[in-house]
Amino acid sequence: MKNPLIKLAVLAFFFGAAMGITSTVSAQEPMPSDNEVNAIARDLFCPVCENTPLDVCATQACAQWRELIRLKLSEGWNEDQIKQYFVDQYGARVLSEPPKQGLFWLVYVIPPILIFIGVIIFIKALRNIRAIEKEEMALEQTANEPDEYMSKIEEELKGLKNANR
Amino acid sequence: MQIDKKTSPDQVQERSKPKKGMPLAAQIVVWLAILAILGLVAVGLARTQQGNVQIGDQIPDFTLKFFDGYTYDGKSELKLSDLKGKVVVLNFWASWCIPCEDEAAELESSWRYYQDAGQVVFIGVDYVDTEPEARGYLTKFDITYPNGPDLATKISQLFRIKGVPETYFIDKDGKLAYTQIGPFSTEAQIHNIIDGLLAK
Repeated sequence: MKNPLIKLAVLAFFFGAAMGITSTVSAQEPMPSDNEVNAIARDLFCPVCENTPLDVCATQACAQWRELIRLKLSEGWNEDQIKQYFVDQYGARVLSEPPKQGLFWLVYVIPPILIFIGVIIFIKALRNIRAIEKEEMALEQTANEPDEYMSKIEEELKGLKNANR
Repeated sequence: MQIDKKTSPDQVQERSKPKKGMPLAAQIVVWLAILAILGLVAVGLARTQQGNVQIGDQIPDFTLKFFDGYTYDGKSELKLSDLKGKVVVLNFWASWCIPCEDEAAELESSWRYYQDAGQVVFIGVDYVDTEPEARGYLTKFDITYPNGPDLATKISQLFRIKGVPETYFIDKDGKLAYTQIGPFSTEAQIHNIIDGLLAK
């Protein structure tokens, strides 16, 4: 290959072939699968169909949302970025788990507080019931014990009855 | 002779003694917490039960950022308060909403009819939509009046919309004058409402 033109042609051929291979590779990159899309979609709720997670929602709006997730994934976005995008676009109510900020803290704080109060009330009620039971058992025991003073009175009353006869 | 000792006066007194319970301050805190929670639940329920914005209500101010390519008065966003003195037709729509398509042509045609006079402003608010499909919808129906996404659904929450399409007519004083739930069937229907408001 002494001719510089031939050299150039060969170089151009290899360069072109390399470019062709690269573009073929990028064109053949697989689109994110339904499972990958649904892994994110299951944590999102479309405001139009309340209480239905996005991965199982059958409406047109939800289908569009899922396609948007697929598109973002194919563009290299990660799960957090996609969720943040949805929050920015549609508000925090699209998340299955509200963010731990602002008034949303109440969602995390109130249930444990209520459970704590409930447990305290339950324990107190249980203690009261046990205390009353103990008290009653103690009283019964006392009542069953022979009382010297009472026995003496009963004996004297018996004596009096016998004397009267 | 049997004497029942179970309920001797001393014991009754003993039993009726007040038991040592939670301190008063703690009780107050617990009750306040319970009342606060109930209050929040009540407010939430009341908001859910509340219908759309009522006729005559002053519409709170909001800002709408338009889709690329849309402007009003040379700006890429619009503040409702800047439109005082004009009749505002605010239409909530979405690309996935089939009934919205039924009125798209009528709305656009009405906008073109009133646009030059400058007394009426049409605004499209795209509700819970995806941008590529929304853009497709706008192109499909050749919609030229300012349109933008309802970011974080703030505007729709302001109007407490129940679905799409819904259209709100705001008078020159910024008060709600008429609400259309569902699509318009004719262009004349839109004209009648606007003409009535312009005549006031």
